[in-house]
Amino acid sequence: MFKQLTVPLTVAAAAFGLAGPSLADEGIEYLTSEEATNKYHAYPEHYEFAHDGVFGKFDRAQLQRGFQVYREVCSACHSLEKIAFRNLMDLGYTAEQVKAIAAEYEVEDGPDEDGEMYFRAAKPSDYIPGPYANVQQARAANGGAMPPDLSLITKARPHGVDYVASLVGKGYGQDEPEDMQISDGQYYNPYFHSVLLAMPQPLYDEMVEYADGSFPTVEEMAVDVTAFLTWTAEPKLEQRKRTGVGVMIFLAILTVISYWSYKRVWADVKK
Amino acid sequence: MGHNYKSKYENPVVNWIDTRLPIFWLVDTAVGAGHPTPKNLNYWWNFGSLAGLCLVVQLITGIVLAMHYTPHADMAFASVEHIMRDVNYGWLIRYIHANGASMFFIVVFIHIFRGLYYGSYKAPRELLWMLGVTILLLMMATAFMGYVLPWGQMSFWGATVITNLFSAIPYVGDSIVTLLWGGFSVDNPTLARFFSLHYLLPFVITGTVILHIWALNMPGSNNPSGIDVKGPADTIPFHPYYTIKDLFGIAVFLAFFSAFIFFMPNALGHPDNYIPADPLATPSHIVPEWYFLPFYAILRAVPDKLLGVVAMFGSIAVLFVLPWLDTSKVRSATFRPVYKWFFWIFVVVNFGLGWCGQADTDRVLIPLGTDKTAVAENIAARLEPASRAELLANVPSDMEVMKKYAERAGMSDLAFDRLVDAELISFQVVHLSQILTAWYFFHFLVLLPLLGYFEKTRPLPESLSSPIAADAMPAE
Repeated sequence: MFKQLTVPLTVAAAAFGLAGPSLADEGIEYLTSEEATNKYHAYPEHYEFAHDGVFGKFDRAQLQRGFQVYREVCSACHSLEKIAFRNLMDLGYTAEQVKAIAAEYEVEDGPDEDGEMYFRAAKPSDYIPGPYANVQQARAANGGAMPPDLSLITKARPHGVDYVASLVGKGYGQDEPEDMQISDGQYYNPYFHSVLLAMPQPLYDEMVEYADGSFPTVEEMAVDVTAFLTWTAEPKLEQRKRTGVGVMIFLAILTVISYWSYKRVWADVKK
Repeated sequence: MGHNYKSKYENPVVNWIDTRLPIFWLVDTAVGAGHPTPKNLNYWWNFGSLAGLCLVVQLITGIVLAMHYTPHADMAFASVEHIMRDVNYGWLIRYIHANGASMFFIVVFIHIFRGLYYGSYKAPRELLWMLGVTILLLMMATAFMGYVLPWGQMSFWGATVITNLFSAIPYVGDSIVTLLWGGFSVDNPTLARFFSLHYLLPFVITGTVILHIWALNMPGSNNPSGIDVKGPADTIPFHPYYTIKDLFGIAVFLAFFSAFIFFMPNALGHPDNYIPADPLATPSHIVPEWYFLPFYAILRAVPDKLLGVVAMFGSIAVLFVLPWLDTSKVRSATFRPVYKWFFWIFVVVNFGLGWCGQADTDRVLIPLGTDKTAVAENIAARLEPASRAELLANVPSDMEVMKKYAERAGMSDLAFDRLVDAELISFQVVHLSQILTAWYFFHFLVLLPLLGYFEKTRPLPESLSSPIAADAMPAE
């Protein structure tokens, strides 16, 4: 009885632009977005990476696999505006390989001598071009939602690394709760802050073929692309940690010497 | 005409300069061998020099960052990322500066609580203390404007929330806000003036720090016993005794600082500030930096906007008059058995306020049951008259019975749960912050004035050199 009533009421509510909760007393069985978030939002799973910890270093092969996933899947909608092709040498590519990767892209340049803008093959000094010309085009192509730039994504979300890996690696394909209203263009993902997002499931098993001929699972691709996006957000991570280890050793020695000197200097002070 | 100062330095060049401009004498008497210092200072006295170090670190890294930063709404975020990626060691300079602000506040908060524990604000050090509070205020303004400069989401929305507070001031509030913004919303002019002031204020702080040290040099340092220095037997020269002890403190502090810079550089920041500012997208939770959280909690504890702002600024203002609120003649809490307890309660209260500052104000801490009458009235309104009278005449205490009525009224399980939730009586974060805020002011305005009259203090030692003093000292 209620179920039958629910549908027309919901439609009516949507038609008049009324929010669910105001009609809640009338018997709509759907949770409000706040209730749904409280009930279904999940804390991201923890993933471990080679670059974790004090002595952590990036796994270059993993970064290259992650870049491949970005290039073949994510880049269809997401830009990576902080990364230039030259930066890809950090992933272990040679200068020639970087040149070849850049040459696969076209960028706008100009004006030339005639005052015209023109397209040319990208060079290593160019930034990776995004999929859309501007924000409006991006929104128009994605039902009003703006696919965020991914350069800093692992630092721009709480527990960003675990979050990205969980969201794309584990969050899709779960049973949709029956007490939530999910409209067209919305997808259920418990790791998203409001558990409904506009991005459809991006990864499927064996979607890409890795250079070693293997076909990865969704989670393997998610972990690899997360490692890659950790590098895009924090490209100086290795230099930072390496410097930090040296600084800590220096400070440990300074602490010992200064403590010893302090005790020596104070030896003659009567309490 | 003039002073007859004759420099005592043996080196002829130093002597020549010092006779004409006694800069060597100045440094020597301020932080050198010519500055007698109580010999019993414990490690809590290290935090003054650490604060000075933090100021210097912030100045140097800040000046370098300003060489690469672009104070424009369209370019600020990108210029910070340019510093992180393309400037040689730019990541290091920025991470030092960003974490350095937090370190500066940690050090200064400890320095202030040291002063509170040992009564360092009491005569003859009132001006020294008030200059310190002035430095804290200037630091807060500087840090707030600095956090706006990367022009991330939290920069933008934090600036919006905090500048909007000034609109609560009667009559001139809106004009002040327009002046702060340089327009009718937080925008490029706001960023430009915040950058200008963020560069200016540290030099005002530096000037105030010089006055602070000058005011320190007149009476000299307080000490853990809180009693006055009686003579040369109680003191040792600042250099080398405290310079070497400060060096040890600096080494330990830099290790703590470096752990953040190199191994968790973003732990004290908010992830939203890595999203470029967007005036059309409000973050779900706008929280200030951690060092503002206790003050933010006081602001939100008061339901009225103007009174909240008054309470927030009042929490700092009360520190200015602290030397006259504390009526006790004894400085150090070591000899004040009752104050010592209230000091630690005050510390806990401040941590509690900090926690409240980052939590949602309506978060339920302790559920205290449901307002059953309200639930019953809500259900009764949907029932036919007979059942309505029956329900209202005898409100069931058992929620299962209540649910039966709800079903009879045609309410779904979910609607019933929502109703019960809406009528939940609870002790929330906002209530906790109200209690803690009340205690904060009670501590200064009631407790400290009264304690001076009622507290039975322990006997003070004769001098810093006497055996009683040594016994009374807490172990370092």
